[in-house]
Amino acid sequence: MLQKVVRSTIIDAPIERVWAVLRDFNSHDQWHAVVDTSRIEGRDRSDQVGCIRSFTLKDGQRIREQLLTLDDREHKSTYCIVEASVPLQRYVATVTLKPVTDGDRTFWHWESSFATPPGRERELRERVAQDVYEAGFDNLRRHLAGGGDLRVPGASQAPMPRALPLPSRCVSVANYGDAAQLRPQDGQAPAPAPGEVRIRQRAIGVNFIDVYLRRGWIAPMLAPGGTPGMEAAGSVIDVGEGVHGFLAGDRVAYIGPQPGAYCSVRSVPAAWVVRLPAAVEDASAAAVLLKGLTADCLLRDLGRVRVGTRLLVHAAAGGVGLLLCAWARSLGAHVIGTVSSEEKARVAREHGCEQVVVGRDPRFADAVRRHWPEGAEVIVDGLGEAAREENFAALARCGHWISLGQASGALQPISPDWLVQKSTTFSRPVVFDFVATPEALTERAERLWAALADGRVKLPPIERWSLDAAARAHERLESRATIGALVLVT
Amino acid sequence: MVRVYVSSVIDASADNVWSRIRDFNALPLWHPAIADSRIENNEPSDRVGCIRHFHTRDGGMIRERLLALSDYDFSCTYEILESPLGVSDYVATLKLTPVTDGVRCFAEWSAEFECAEGREAELTQTIGGVFQGGFEALKRHFGRR
Repeated sequence: MLQKVVRSTIIDAPIERVWAVLRDFNSHDQWHAVVDTSRIEGRDRSDQVGCIRSFTLKDGQRIREQLLTLDDREHKSTYCIVEASVPLQRYVATVTLKPVTDGDRTFWHWESSFATPPGRERELRERVAQDVYEAGFDNLRRHLAGGGDLRVPGASQAPMPRALPLPSRCVSVANYGDAAQLRPQDGQAPAPAPGEVRIRQRAIGVNFIDVYLRRGWIAPMLAPGGTPGMEAAGSVIDVGEGVHGFLAGDRVAYIGPQPGAYCSVRSVPAAWVVRLPAAVEDASAAAVLLKGLTADCLLRDLGRVRVGTRLLVHAAAGGVGLLLCAWARSLGAHVIGTVSSEEKARVAREHGCEQVVVGRDPRFADAVRRHWPEGAEVIVDGLGEAAREENFAALARCGHWISLGQASGALQPISPDWLVQKSTTFSRPVVFDFVATPEALTERAERLWAALADGRVKLPPIERWSLDAAARAHERLESRATIGALVLVT
Repeated sequence: MVRVYVSSVIDASADNVWSRIRDFNALPLWHPAIADSRIENNEPSDRVGCIRHFHTRDGGMIRERLLALSDYDFSCTYEILESPLGVSDYVATLKLTPVTDGVRCFAEWSAEFECAEGREAELTQTIGGVFQGGFEALKRHFGRR
């Protein structure tokens, strides 16, 4: 009677990565602990259907197996034993992978049927199930976690340094003040603590909050000597205990509520981190992650922007502004933007802004009212106190005023009696509260990647500076001369 | 032919999850997007060929015929007879596979259909969203993710 063995598991890695290892019929000696040596007989390639591999196992047994089926579409491979010193007869096995689309993981199913000498059925079933399949699951997991599949064959097989501090170039704020207070220096990134992911950062997003931190405007978040920066993109070096879903080599990006991103290597909580689609480059991710998630919260949660909504966007040619214009238009909204120069007006229009008010002093309410006599239903305001009265004049009845920044100075307290004049609602959001769980973060990030992929949102122009030139990048951002997003690269 | 594929891992045995979803008339009991359901002509809900008639929470009416039911494979295949989606030749399969290490199962929900040109992406997203919504509800029901 034929014996049947089935074992299956979930591997925390995308299917492409698992399949790249398993489809190679000659790879087992690199990752499976029971296999000592493996070679392909004759001159066949290791992915050639019909080829035969010859194994020597660690316990001295020898097995020759033939590849019967290799299916890259179904991620499936079937093979049989041709000759073996173990008493497995008519052994045919199939490995099948399927994507777990919810979480970008892999379901791995391994099954076989075979005959055995009488009386040895149970013993051999258990050996195949445990020593080959279950041990294989664990061994491959370890192989991927150590980045074993990413090493070039023939290159040094020394494992990557793990759990050791790594050198990290780091920019810190010497004292609260102007951009010259940003000083690069050499430091170390300690090994990831439990729950953390250590990332080789290749691009770091520059945001207005970094400037506020440097000036000491949000002192509880950053003391002098601290490192600013809320977001970056790069690849995983290693992960701390208890982290699932990220492996060495994975391309990732993060945003987090604690500053410290202006450096080349950093450990952050895994809950801040999202995977990057292949189509999104590191610099693009660092340019749009925090800004795009902010736009997503503003449009969906706070502004409830839909077909016909009248939206006024200040600093429409800035990083957040351009994303807001394009995304709001794709939702069917009408958009008026304010900018400080004709050059910026042109870029804002390219990103979907229908009407642009150009000027350095905040006089825009009349212009808004000319286009929309009833006023704007939603205002995204980065201007602050100096534009307070103009914003209120431009706002429609029952309108919503979102205060995102305070470029012209901190808003004085808003009184309920003032809001009641027009039944105005007012909000002062911080994006981190909207992505406080991994589920919320992933959902919003996936919406952003999808909007970029299908063109609803265009990448803003990106201005790149080296990490050591962070001070110059801040000067540029504060000069209000930049268009789009600023990124530091390492 | 447009194809939608959604898969997930649920922290309960395939047997256990199957007992919640195998009843062709039980969608409203476990899928948050479905408001009500009945089987036409008083047929038993596990008779292959029976038709379920149900409403989604947004008011859409859908009729689907059970084409295959396998307690051995933990799978169920059905086609749409009538719906507001604008799809034709729509056949879907919901299937569970045990994961042998740990008490959990691998759940797959896939569909193939034809539709008007240009609507593929929108329909893929809508239908995939309904499938994922079902899995999210099962994951919540059966405990931690």
